[in-house]
Amino acid sequence: MYIGLVVLAVVTAIAVGPYTGIDPVTLALLAVLFVVAESISTMVDSGKAGISPSSSASLAAVVLVGPVGAAVAGLASCLVIRRQSVVKRLFNGAQFALAGYAAGHAFLLAGGETGVPVRADFPWVVLPFAAATLVHTLANTVLVGGLMLILGVLRVESPRRVRWRPFARLELSSLGYGALGLCIATIWGAVGPFAVLLVLLPLFIARWTFNQYIAEQRAHDATLATLCQAVETKDYYTRGHCVRVSEAASMIGRELGLPAERAHTLRYAGMLHDVGKLGVPTKVLQKPGKLTEEEFAAIQLHPMRGYEIVREIGFLDEALDGIMHHHERMDGRGYPAGLSGTGIPEFARIIAVADAFDCMTSTRSYRNARSIGEAVAELRNCSGTQFDPAMVNALITAVDRDGWDPPVAVDPPDEDIAEVAQQDHDDPSAPLRITGGTVSDERSGDGRS
Amino acid sequence: MNVQGTAAPEARRRRNTLGRVSPTRLLLLSVAAGSAVLSLLWTLLTGFVEPRAALSFGALIAAGELARITLPGRREVAPIASAGALGYTFLLSVGGAAVSLPAWQVIAVVALGLAVGELPHMSVGRMPLWNDLARRLLLVLMVALPFRLLLHQLPHVAGNWWVVLCVMVGLVLAAWLVDSVVAATIRAEEWRTRLGVALADELRAQFAVGTAIGAIGILIALASAVAGLYSLLLFTAPLLVTQVAFRRYADIRRTYVQTVRSLSRVTEVGGYVETGHSRRVSRLAWAIGCELAMRESRLLELEYAALMHDIGQLSLREPISSGATVLISRREQRRIAELGAAIIRETGVLDGVAEIVRRQCEPCEGEEGESEGPPPLGSRIIKVANAYDDLVGDTADHDRVATAVQLLRDDSGREYDADVVEAAVRVLERSGAVR
Repeated sequence: MYIGLVVLAVVTAIAVGPYTGIDPVTLALLAVLFVVAESISTMVDSGKAGISPSSSASLAAVVLVGPVGAAVAGLASCLVIRRQSVVKRLFNGAQFALAGYAAGHAFLLAGGETGVPVRADFPWVVLPFAAATLVHTLANTVLVGGLMLILGVLRVESPRRVRWRPFARLELSSLGYGALGLCIATIWGAVGPFAVLLVLLPLFIARWTFNQYIAEQRAHDATLATLCQAVETKDYYTRGHCVRVSEAASMIGRELGLPAERAHTLRYAGMLHDVGKLGVPTKVLQKPGKLTEEEFAAIQLHPMRGYEIVREIGFLDEALDGIMHHHERMDGRGYPAGLSGTGIPEFARIIAVADAFDCMTSTRSYRNARSIGEAVAELRNCSGTQFDPAMVNALITAVDRDGWDPPVAVDPPDEDIAEVAQQDHDDPSAPLRITGGTVSDERSGDGRS
Repeated sequence: MNVQGTAAPEARRRRNTLGRVSPTRLLLLSVAAGSAVLSLLWTLLTGFVEPRAALSFGALIAAGELARITLPGRREVAPIASAGALGYTFLLSVGGAAVSLPAWQVIAVVALGLAVGELPHMSVGRMPLWNDLARRLLLVLMVALPFRLLLHQLPHVAGNWWVVLCVMVGLVLAAWLVDSVVAATIRAEEWRTRLGVALADELRAQFAVGTAIGAIGILIALASAVAGLYSLLLFTAPLLVTQVAFRRYADIRRTYVQTVRSLSRVTEVGGYVETGHSRRVSRLAWAIGCELAMRESRLLELEYAALMHDIGQLSLREPISSGATVLISRREQRRIAELGAAIIRETGVLDGVAEIVRRQCEPCEGEEGESEGPPPLGSRIIKVANAYDDLVGDTADHDRVATAVQLLRDDSGREYDADVVEAAVRVLERSGAVR
């Protein structure tokens, strides 16, 4: 129905629109180029974003052959070479055509003239062109958004919850592609359709590189996760701990509204927070009952060890603080530095909460997993003394909304495969005990030596 | 713990083993410096033509140089600067008014732009890779001289865009090829690898960025003819998109290596192997790989495998005494290798590395009674490098080194691959470990 309306609008526009002053050869070439650009772009790209290099072809058409020409060229993208259902083809073609048509009229309204731009047009042709670009992306967004709404993929959310940053980025990149449209139009007079090749070639290379970057990033993340899990193979019960802490930490990060870059770093920090555990002798980690002071000191060292291991990974800056200080407490009785309150780096406060939460909701050899409700109650209990209340609240809100998958209860492991810890240094409800009292008593007793 | 101090000595050592001054490099640097000075002098004496264009393009080149990127394999590129330089080289008219730039002025402007863009980097101590900087200038030299000469000889050509376009594309391609050969020669001389392999690596690594630079350079020149110098502003769009894509890619590649390097240390921190073992093995393995003319992608796999070759020990209950895998039973070695390979295969992206790790302890002809054939070259290299480091460790004791080399040689042909052992000896000789 909706698609039918869009297609109908396009057909009317094309049928009505004046064809005077359009060079048919240019139009035909543009249509062909449009199809090629669209086909190649879908080959190069996984095809997620609504903006593609073909929008620069469309905008070049706006300048060269006017609104009606742009609509015709846009409709030609129905013929794009890829496997796609007829309806989808129709809609895509119609969408491009309509956007081109609207942009063309915007261009004319703002004072642009159809045809190959000449010297005298510069630099003022840029203004109507910018208007055309804006209208073009706007029309595209509205059309696609409308379809999404009708299909129920997209829900209308209150404006406060909508994240504007990605929109701004999309708009910026579409302006970039739009500028290319003007480039094509500019040198069309000199080298004709070759202009498109010249303009789109670097663009395809950029996209290809970008895809490689994404693939490489995935590979990196997979490798990182695997290596972290390898560290955990020692202890059957803590398997998957790092991945879940990373997940919980990023839930908190999302709730706090961290920007994408920092959220990514936070994921890594959560993943890597316990690598230093390997520096602690296994027999200490797995010792049942109370620890001697030396043994406790060995455990206290693990955040430092972790820091030493990952120190050289360049991008981690902030994550390093998170790894180093994830066992600090708000009241200053944590380790290794005894920082307190907001003196503790933000990432460390986030990871501390995520870490404790996952520990409590998974099974340990000495107790069964607690329910999410119990774990939340315990977090609230320690909120302010051990944990930052803001982070605790953020986690609780996020868990309430999105839910949390605790790890499936594990069977007691085969003796031959893995070792079993008798206590867990992350567990806030069962703090490590050293001979002579609880950890905190001991520490507050003899100061921070 | 010498954790704090590992990075610097490692870099120094790497330079000592490999960083000899190659004659090609000297030639390249002197040609670049000489042409820069000469062109500047010449331009100063004869005066600038079209100062506005020179200034705009110079600024673009400087900005591009400021935003230079280091691609994987220590290749420094500055796509914006290079594209701007090519655009200036091919500049025929600005907004319709024909300009005839002397080739020497082009080179002078480019050299100045590069220098200005490089200054902020140098003031904070980030030195450029001098050969790559010189190559950026040389590329312009190679294109500008013939192009301007050709226009001078055949003035009527300038009106026919198609001919000019073909000439531009041809010149860029030719210059790019020569440039790659120069880069490969230097690399082959410094890394002791074969020229053919280095050239193939260079072409592969530079293909994408080179094509983008060439296309945008020509584009800028063509568009300037119609739109004047405004086109420089207009064309920042595709330039930036390309630049960002390459920068991100370079960043993630660097991060990947750093991650694997760092995490390979967990076996050391856990007390499974001696401190620095993984890195020493990977350094030696890498040098042997170069010596045996492995290509870059294989070298990277080899480096990863060498760094992670002991990761299977994480699954062991108790660390082996001082982690010397060369001293434990064959069966145990195989189990560790297989456990390690299983961990690495889990990533889903490092299958080649996993295979190298899995077969690292097999004798060079392959396991008897099994039909898999000889293990991959990477495995054979790691076997030798690992055995050497287990026997010698982090000492420079010449007697121990000599004994270890003797042991390896005695067993070569059966246990160790004879070619790999000899390559290792050559590497060690160069580094001064073997006298």
